[in-house]
Amino acid sequence: MSEEERNVVAPEQVPVADSIVARFGNALRTDDRDGYEGYVVSVESLKDVATVLRDELGYDYLSSVTGVDYFDEGKIEVVYHAYQTSGGPALNFKVQVDRENPILPSLVSVYPGADFQEREIFDMYGVSFEGHPNLRRILMWDGFAGHPLRKDWQEAYFEEENKPFDSRWPGGDVKRSEAENRFGKNVSYPDEFDIDNWAPEDDSSLYAGLNKSGSNGKKLKTDSLVVNMGPQHPSTHGVFRMVVALDGETITDLQPVMGYLHRNHEKIGERNTFLQNMPYTDRLDYLSSMSNNLGYSLAVEKLMGVDVPERAEYLRVLMAELTRVSNHMWAIGFLLNDLGAFQTPALYAIRARELILDIFEATAGSRMMCNYMRFGGVARDLPDTLRDENTVDFIGDLVNERLPAAIDELDRFLTGNEIVRSRCIGVGVLPADKAIAYSTAGPLLRASGVPYDLRRAEPYSIYDRLDFEVCTRSNGDVYDRYVVRIDEMRESVKICQQVMREIPEEGEIFTGKPQYNVRVPKGESYGRVENPKGELGYYVVSKGKTNPYRYHVRAPSFINLTVLGEMCKGHKVADAVVILGSIDIVLGEVDR
Amino acid sequence: MENELNDPNVPVPDELQSAVTITSLDRIYNWGRRSSIWPMVFGLACCAIEMICTAASRFDIARFGMEVFRATPRQADLMIVSGTVTKKMVPQIVRLFNQMPEPKYVMAMGACASGGGPFKEGYNVVSGIDKFVPVDVYVPGCPPTPQALLHGLIKLQQKIDNQSIKAVRWYGQNASEAVPIPVLGPDLLDPRQHALLAQQAGQPGDSAETLEA
Amino acid sequence: MYGTGILRGMGVTIKHLIDSFVDDLSFLGQRYYSDDALNVRQGTKGRGVFTVQYPEEKLPVPERFRFIPFLLYDEHEDGSRTDRCTSCGICAKVCPPQCIWIERSSDPDTGRPIPEPTRFFIDIDICMNCGYCAEYCPFDAIKMDHDYELASYDRTEAHIFDKDRLDKPVEYYASICPTDYASEEQARAEEEAKKAARKAAAAEKKRIAAEKKASLS
Repeated sequence: MSEEERNVVAPEQVPVADSIVARFGNALRTDDRDGYEGYVVSVESLKDVATVLRDELGYDYLSSVTGVDYFDEGKIEVVYHAYQTSGGPALNFKVQVDRENPILPSLVSVYPGADFQEREIFDMYGVSFEGHPNLRRILMWDGFAGHPLRKDWQEAYFEEENKPFDSRWPGGDVKRSEAENRFGKNVSYPDEFDIDNWAPEDDSSLYAGLNKSGSNGKKLKTDSLVVNMGPQHPSTHGVFRMVVALDGETITDLQPVMGYLHRNHEKIGERNTFLQNMPYTDRLDYLSSMSNNLGYSLAVEKLMGVDVPERAEYLRVLMAELTRVSNHMWAIGFLLNDLGAFQTPALYAIRARELILDIFEATAGSRMMCNYMRFGGVARDLPDTLRDENTVDFIGDLVNERLPAAIDELDRFLTGNEIVRSRCIGVGVLPADKAIAYSTAGPLLRASGVPYDLRRAEPYSIYDRLDFEVCTRSNGDVYDRYVVRIDEMRESVKICQQVMREIPEEGEIFTGKPQYNVRVPKGESYGRVENPKGELGYYVVSKGKTNPYRYHVRAPSFINLTVLGEMCKGHKVADAVVILGSIDIVLGEVDR
Repeated sequence: MENELNDPNVPVPDELQSAVTITSLDRIYNWGRRSSIWPMVFGLACCAIEMICTAASRFDIARFGMEVFRATPRQADLMIVSGTVTKKMVPQIVRLFNQMPEPKYVMAMGACASGGGPFKEGYNVVSGIDKFVPVDVYVPGCPPTPQALLHGLIKLQQKIDNQSIKAVRWYGQNASEAVPIPVLGPDLLDPRQHALLAQQAGQPGDSAETLEA
Repeated sequence: MYGTGILRGMGVTIKHLIDSFVDDLSFLGQRYYSDDALNVRQGTKGRGVFTVQYPEEKLPVPERFRFIPFLLYDEHEDGSRTDRCTSCGICAKVCPPQCIWIERSSDPDTGRPIPEPTRFFIDIDICMNCGYCAEYCPFDAIKMDHDYELASYDRTEAHIFDKDRLDKPVEYYASICPTDYASEEQARAEEEAKKAARKAAAAEKKRIAAEKKASLS
């Protein structure tokens, strides 16, 4: 297929300049598989191509790196999605490697943001990245047997390749999976495993990798110390662990350790049908399930080629923006909790959030796990009444009066507070170039002065018609992240007000007939939305069946953590807690 | 002596009726404990958010004397296992449970903590925390709403009400043995199953396994 | 001046303290345990105490609220019951965590399937309350319950709901979801009417054809 033909198939695909394609010759070719886009790069020239893309074409932002196990072809493919921070569609390039001996050059030196994502591919697929500074397992523990996302790896409770399982109907004899297992638990061991001649792996390699050099040029001689914060720690927002090397109270190095909530989202996602994945996406970033639904719908709708009715688009945007407000409320409340303002700001923030949850509960049926969107629309229209009030009036009151007042109150309460300012200003500074290089997203990126918001950079849904500002700040410290969140809430409320004014009174909310088992055309697709936490992307590969062949989530919280160690160095331990709070992570999304 | 203390039917002279209240030892002992159950700050996953909402102003767990969330297990009475228990996390949970002083209670909040939940089939998910530590109250739901959690807490209070100071395990002879802490090996290893695990070496091909091609 | 920010913040807290009594004054003596007061406190205009005094007063759940699914049956005047479920298996197929088990009945003589379930199980330790079963059931036979007070001391038996535990009368559903029930009943009635009309039309056609045939011969 020639370059021109490809453009017809995938209009959003940007062609790489011919001169560059020519320069690499056979090492760079267009991906001509049915429904695929982008380029296939040879293993040898991967690093060169990436460098040229970054330096000459301006693809400075590596959004997502993920693996796909093409078992039948005996290949593992690693897929990269790069963007220009000036806006525009993705450049998608991939590299294929033999399943049996998968070795690739690491791109960490070109895009530092690839760090954790390459580790994840190493963990899940067993691909070694040469030149990676710290290639260790990230979600599972060291010593775990096998690489779970390989297609020939089966878990202990394995029933069938794909859902629905045959044993559920019409035979239907209920049983618990653990009853079938020899150990009565969700475990299985390699055949050659011999417990008496085995010793567990400890964390010494993790500790050995830390930079413990401190006390340079100081009169006082101090000893370096390694402290574990977490996985059970009140300040880590869940089961997250930071291994901190300290010189006195100053952090010399910090390694995030995660996977304590790794719920095998992607493995289960490849077993599920496309539709069945929707409620699972709720449980990724469980504070903003509506936005998660939206991103996944966009990815699958791109493959299916269905349109969304006007009213449904408005409802989607309304819900996504209310989610952003509720998420930022939570984030600010608990950032202040981390700062030591125990509970009070959080209580005020949660109070406003509860009213938003009332809307979700009345419309979608659940406070947190909304499961609201479907491929081609939304599940239900707004209900008639909410708490003995007309729903439209309720939402109107909320977005016109209550929420603006609540945001102003938080602003008045906290922004000028001298203690907040002295704890936040100048702490955890992240310069713009570093923020881009480390693939950070969301308020973290915008607080560093990069005006990158997907709703403007690559508009989806109806955002191109709505009037709102992209909020940025320039210092990139904890305080600016807090202020960006306050500003974003104001903009979100503005969007909600517009939606309530302009939403069509009547209209379809779903295209086509609801189907419980949709077949999705062959191909790959990358759908992304501006989640409250940052860019949430879904990479979906379909082989034309009812189940996705590959289902990957580009989780903003996970990738934002790549830069945590950098930001914390040189600060005190107490500041590390605040810096983590300012990134605003949700462990369901970090570990998936 | 014990029985006398536990018998509330002691006659009170009329002139003392307004000054003296007679209760049973059990009742006052349980009243004290039920009204000050201090939970541990222990959020695992989605359910933790609903747990925090329960502690916030709308549902206000302080009405039950439970608002004192303790960050250390040494000061906590109740561990609310709020979310999916993963294999990587379970050694820490068992250790935290062992560190809690008696009397201690465990609540499994939500489907995941009770029995694995929607993620049960996953390779890193434990099918219910009761495989490792004893659970007192199960609260179904995914996630349970704050009111469902409060209902579970009331159930726990009822359980406490029905306990007798004579029969409780923590004053018994062999009070509270520590639960052996699981180890992370090629998969999760439970020390209590050592014998079964030792058989494994001699029996190849018995379990469907990592089929590394 | 240093400290003004802190003072302004304290003003906010004091305002909250005062606010917490404002609404209550209009409900003198009845700020709790009355539905009117609860609606005001929990609405967008509420300024006073936000707390719901569970269990004495309960925050009403909206109609679409979903918790654990349940099965519907129609109760006849003579006390007999008909399950709405036809054991088509769609709920078991669409269920994301696969927590529904259905055993389909079959005729003991012919072995042919009968459209009703012999046994029906839901493992509520797996159920994720997503509501797909209710959404995709073509017979309105499975719905999401509003009863969230299910905490128990044991799960070995109690947490696998069998058909007896799941069965609830249609009237119960009508009481928890009146609007949904009404619109579904209307749709069913229309569907029935259409079916009857089609049947009548077919019979009419047959009759005319027969008459034609008769007149021809």
